[in-house]
Amino acid sequence: MKWIAGLMLAVLAGAAYADGGRLNIPANATWQEECGSCHIPYPPQLLSRQDWQQLMGGLDKHFAANAALGLQERREISAFLQRYGASSERYVTNTMRISDTPWFKREHREVSRATWADPAVKSRSNCTACHVNAERGDWSERGIRVPGGRFEDDDD
Amino acid sequence: MNWKVCIALLSWLSAGTASAESPVALMNGYTSEAARSAPGFVPSAQRGKDFFARKWGVSGKMPNCQSCHGNDLTQESRHVITGRRIAPLSPQANGERLTSSAKVEKWFGRNCQEVVGRACTAAEKADLIKFFSNPGVKS
Repeated sequence: MKWIAGLMLAVLAGAAYADGGRLNIPANATWQEECGSCHIPYPPQLLSRQDWQQLMGGLDKHFAANAALGLQERREISAFLQRYGASSERYVTNTMRISDTPWFKREHREVSRATWADPAVKSRSNCTACHVNAERGDWSERGIRVPGGRFEDDDD
Repeated sequence: MNWKVCIALLSWLSAGTASAESPVALMNGYTSEAARSAPGFVPSAQRGKDFFARKWGVSGKMPNCQSCHGNDLTQESRHVITGRRIAPLSPQANGERLTSSAKVEKWFGRNCQEVVGRACTAAEKADLIKFFSNPGVKS
């Protein structure tokens, strides 16, 4: 059973890698749990270390929500984010929002205003509205399903 | 099956049922805490329901608990800002709910501050857990 799952994972990873959408997201149970309740746990490599540091310093006012953590969890998650966070300036923003980084803006330049406003999308924080398999690490173009289908990407 | 396995199995089973981390045990904990300042306090699902639906006028985007947890506690809901799926609050529909006092305290801590604008009292928490466990209470 295990090897079948392993094989399937390998195949999936291979398929996603082929069109450059595979993000190897390191595992950390605390991060997964604490940063994945209100939104998907955003991959640490999509934001700069300095942004993560600033963000972790103000969790009680986390984008207008209270996401306060215990000291131990905060330390563990901070260390995790510092270890895997981005260093390239493409992932730097002064707002702490991944969606404000130059990388994100470039990647999403073809997404229309109407799509962002779609009730099924609502917010740039709602990655899985379009990246339907993102929680399994699949961010490939092939895995994109835009609500309303205004962004045709299905070539298979 | 030999007797050693039997005993191991029995002790494992009884440990499960005697766990302090169950909805009832959590409610009882808050109830006795509340009874210290209000002797004879009994949790009420109806009070919990009213609390849950009350608009507190503190947070613009999250006026009440229903903003994220919806109106039917046996159904999945969506986070009002991010659209993230939130598993049903009622232990009737979701066996993982109210099984960890640390988790319950963490979320009461965050969400009460956020939506109500202050910490919730032990009495309010007992009422809420009573409501979560009896989501069909009639007004």
